[in-house]
Amino acid sequence: MTLTKLLSHYRTLNLLSILLFIGLWQSLAFYLSDNSLPTPAMVAEVFWQETLSGQLPYHLGMTLLRLISSFVVAMLLGCAIGILLGGNKKLDAFFDNWLVIFLNIPALVTIILCYVWFGLVESAAILAVVINKLPNVVVTIREGTRALDKDLLEMTRCYRFSKLKTLRHVIWPQLHPFVMGATRSGLALIWKIILVVELLGRSNGMGYQLHLFFQLFDVAGILAYTIAFVAVIQLIELLILKPLDRKAGRWRR
Amino acid sequence: MTAITVDIINKSYPAAGQAGLHRAIANLKLSLPSNEFMCLVGPSGCGKTTLLNIIAGLDRDYSGEITVEQQHKEPKIGYVFQNPRLLPWRTVRENITLALPDDYDPKTVDALLETMQLTQAQHVYPERLSLGMSRRVAIIRAFAVDPDVLLMDEPFVSLDAPTARQVRELLIGLWQQRPHTVLFVTHDLREAIALADRLIFLSPPPMQALSEIRVDIPRNIRDDETAIEAFRQKLLQDHPEIRELL
Ligand SMILES: Nc1ncnc2c1ncn2[C@@H]1O[C@H](COP(=O)(O)OP(=O)(O)OP(=O)(O)O)[C@@H](O)[C@H]1O
Ligand SMILES: [Mg+2]
Repeated sequence: MTLTKLLSHYRTLNLLSILLFIGLWQSLAFYLSDNSLPTPAMVAEVFWQETLSGQLPYHLGMTLLRLISSFVVAMLLGCAIGILLGGNKKLDAFFDNWLVIFLNIPALVTIILCYVWFGLVESAAILAVVINKLPNVVVTIREGTRALDKDLLEMTRCYRFSKLKTLRHVIWPQLHPFVMGATRSGLALIWKIILVVELLGRSNGMGYQLHLFFQLFDVAGILAYTIAFVAVIQLIELLILKPLDRKAGRWRR
Repeated sequence: MTAITVDIINKSYPAAGQAGLHRAIANLKLSLPSNEFMCLVGPSGCGKTTLLNIIAGLDRDYSGEITVEQQHKEPKIGYVFQNPRLLPWRTVRENITLALPDDYDPKTVDALLETMQLTQAQHVYPERLSLGMSRRVAIIRAFAVDPDVLLMDEPFVSLDAPTARQVRELLIGLWQQRPHTVLFVTHDLREAIALADRLIFLSPPPMQALSEIRVDIPRNIRDDETAIEAFRQKLLQDHPEIRELL
């Protein structure tokens, strides 16, 4: 195969870009030869040690557990509120200000306030993440609900679709892209916030662990944990979100 | 048995942006006897779709009164909208069966699909259908619910002449088999004469009924072009006001 032909394969391109990244990293680390940037091999070594000792899976697991529970709560509540506001002009006008306020509270403030008010407990941590994520979901789903096809809704009324049937066959398929959008942006947002939540008030999880590494100036540890986390998020994207997208997009031309 | 009386005093669309208030219907009185086949004929933009939406109960923002009389229960309505209104994420067959009660008989759906020549396409998603095929699916959906009132808004546009003829025959066949009240909107006077018991001519907005004309051609010679044409000529002669509409 010629080089151009090889390059035209996305898989090879992907591989090449990753190799280039590691190569750059390696040469930079070699050039600096300093503790502040360990080589990829050193990071891999730390990653392996931490995995064997069970430390990394434990902390990663705790963080993922928090991520999943706060994500589920935020999505369910957000979808319900979003559909309600999108479908009802008066409610929407009333609660619009609330949304703007919650959208603009800095994440750090909600986290600190939750810990101050409810103590350094798990539920306070989850609540802080949910409050940060919820307004985003509501706004996205509200947009989706406003954009629902009026013609199709009239059709369902005329043919007397039950509420459940309408939700499942008419509303949900139209909201699906919005829910996927909220999911993607949500995962990215939540895992950034969750580390701060753990750093400030939990004694396990990625955030806590990163804090320890920071105090020891252990950059290799920080990088090893980061890579593990990024890999997990990529897996979620590849194994759960992409297939869902494909399944929902079957009917498109 | 579903007789409909329409008495709309006023239907206006509120002003929005640059567009002012639009008075679509004013003092429209119609009485639509049970199980009759009526064709509504009127110029484009006169308010026919508006009227069907009101009768279907989709639009309640009007002053006046519509009574759809039904002995015990709420009448079932079949509505072939002016655009097909299929769910793009459900297949042709699902689009039809979703409108039916849970205990529907698959055989009736099969038979309708067959007569409409859509058996091949029944598991296809609507975005891959031609407009004429989508229209036929929408027509099947309306037929399949066994409506007490059937509303059809220019259902046969974008069908080729042979298919349109076939669907017309099916429509009349189903209607004779199981009588129900039909309101059929069309621009095509020949089509209206071929189908209707009664023609209702509507004025430009604000819409009123201009005249109602019984079509007394016997059902068994309705496929005779010359009889239809003769009726049309006589109609246009006797009612010069109609000629202006068309
Ligand atoms: N939602 C709406 N808001 C404002 N005006 C509307 C709305 N729907 C219809 N109209 C106006 O009401 C009038 C009647 O519309 P309608 O769709 O009932 O006409 P029609 O007789 O069905 O026409 P056609 O034969 O072209 O389908 C038109 O002038 C149209 O501009
Ligand atoms: Mg119309």
